[in-house]
Amino acid sequence: MNLVGYLFCSSIGRKIIMAVTGLILIGFVAGHLVGNLQIFQEPDHINGYGQFLHSLGALLWVARLVIIASVVLHIWAATALTLENKKARGTDYGFKHTIQATLASRAMRWTGYIVLAFLLYHLAHFTVGLAQTGTFKENLPHYTMGSDYRVAGFVAVKAGTPEVLDVYNMVVLGFQNPIVSLFYIIAVGLLSVHLLHGIDSLFQTLGLRNAKWSAGLHKIAVVLCLVYFLGNLAIPGAVLAGKLQPRAASVAAAHAK
Amino acid sequence: MVAENTTKNLSITLRVWRQAGPNQPGKFVDYQSKDLNPNMSFLEMLDVVNDELTLKGEEPIAFAHDCREGICGTCSCTINGKAHGPGKGIATCQVYMRAFRDGDVITVEPFRATAFPIVKDLITDRSAFDKIQQAGGFITARTGSAPDANALPVPKPDADLAMDAAACIGCGACVAACKNASAMLFVAAKVSHLGLLPQGQAERDQRVLAMVSTMDALGFGNCTNQYECSAACPKLITHDFIARMNRDYLGATLRSAFKPAPLGTGGGAG
Repeated sequence: MNLVGYLFCSSIGRKIIMAVTGLILIGFVAGHLVGNLQIFQEPDHINGYGQFLHSLGALLWVARLVIIASVVLHIWAATALTLENKKARGTDYGFKHTIQATLASRAMRWTGYIVLAFLLYHLAHFTVGLAQTGTFKENLPHYTMGSDYRVAGFVAVKAGTPEVLDVYNMVVLGFQNPIVSLFYIIAVGLLSVHLLHGIDSLFQTLGLRNAKWSAGLHKIAVVLCLVYFLGNLAIPGAVLAGKLQPRAASVAAAHAK
Repeated sequence: MVAENTTKNLSITLRVWRQAGPNQPGKFVDYQSKDLNPNMSFLEMLDVVNDELTLKGEEPIAFAHDCREGICGTCSCTINGKAHGPGKGIATCQVYMRAFRDGDVITVEPFRATAFPIVKDLITDRSAFDKIQQAGGFITARTGSAPDANALPVPKPDADLAMDAAACIGCGACVAACKNASAMLFVAAKVSHLGLLPQGQAERDQRVLAMVSTMDALGFGNCTNQYECSAACPKLITHDFIARMNRDYLGATLRSAFKPAPLGTGGGAG
């Protein structure tokens, strides 16, 4: 068998695909969160960030394609492995018993389904504008940068740049709907649980784990997941608590629609 | 002071999977067993129940057993949902009736895996493990007289670790305990046992690739890193060996993919 055959057809190969695509996606969601937390600064930051990402053009699409490919491969490998697992058991046990498998590990499939549903809604909500269309960034009055937006010290978006999409108001107005916010909070909570077993698992699958490392690696996984959840909770939480308010001009415009 | 559970006789309800043959339908059948000595082993209890069944003219419960001291890996029952029953690091034959309480309902079923077809009642055909072994669980050794004892130095920690892996008795509890009926712990133990020793280096890459692909072909499931296998293993083989096998497999895959091909000119006097 060649390299591709080993990776795509063998049990361990497909698990390596799960682990590597999982790692890419963990990197993505972590970076995504750090970027989003700029909402707690002046609107210039998150709006400038959005403008900067769009200005990357082809590069943005390369990143998007890597992420989409990771999601597709991750789901494909999970489905293929799960179907084989069902077949491998055959007749189920009459008496079911679990010795030590964690709840997070046993719920992987279900947390995965909900995260996928959330992902689709999230894209419809903030990327394509199919959900909450009235407050979608394209439909809000455009924003003019009040100050420079810098990336690694370099000016990425200049002060006074007009026609910038108002991500700040889109997010704040979107999360003022408690049902939407609650769905986001539950979904990222379940994603954190998914990541807990995922992070633990990827070290095992890539062979970078033993008894000496496992306790430390598990603690790192727990801390990462907790920080990830709290970071994500902060955004809709702050909107619901009234700490993040929309800018008056856009509110009037959105209500007028 | 003697614990009460070792002195008081007990009565139990045994709920056993009865299946007449490989492709026959199976079902659970309840048997009452009274006044059992708590210090008899689980298999001795089955012997007693079978004696009673025989006297009544019924078919006795078929179960596999051999050494009855936890070293052969023949006895294979799932007792109350746990491969080899209650207790840690023991096989079914090392379970004693004092582990149960008077009036308990004890569910006994065969190891469940497509790769381990049921032969009869509690007996499964685990020759799939032999096929995995035949694919790579060996070393090439010269024939003739035995080599000098210390001709091939093996570092003590390596020998100890290889021995931990070699403790695998091939009972199949890892497959039975895994929710995916995966044989990863068994294969990892066999791959590591030889791969950790100098004698096993010549076939190291070929071994892990061949044993894993045979495991896949035989219809075992895939590991989801829940470690039920090592928790059920009567020899307490650690799932660290699975991580080691994953690493070995990845390395072997890359090495085999990028290995230069020999010219095939034969060399030497041509």
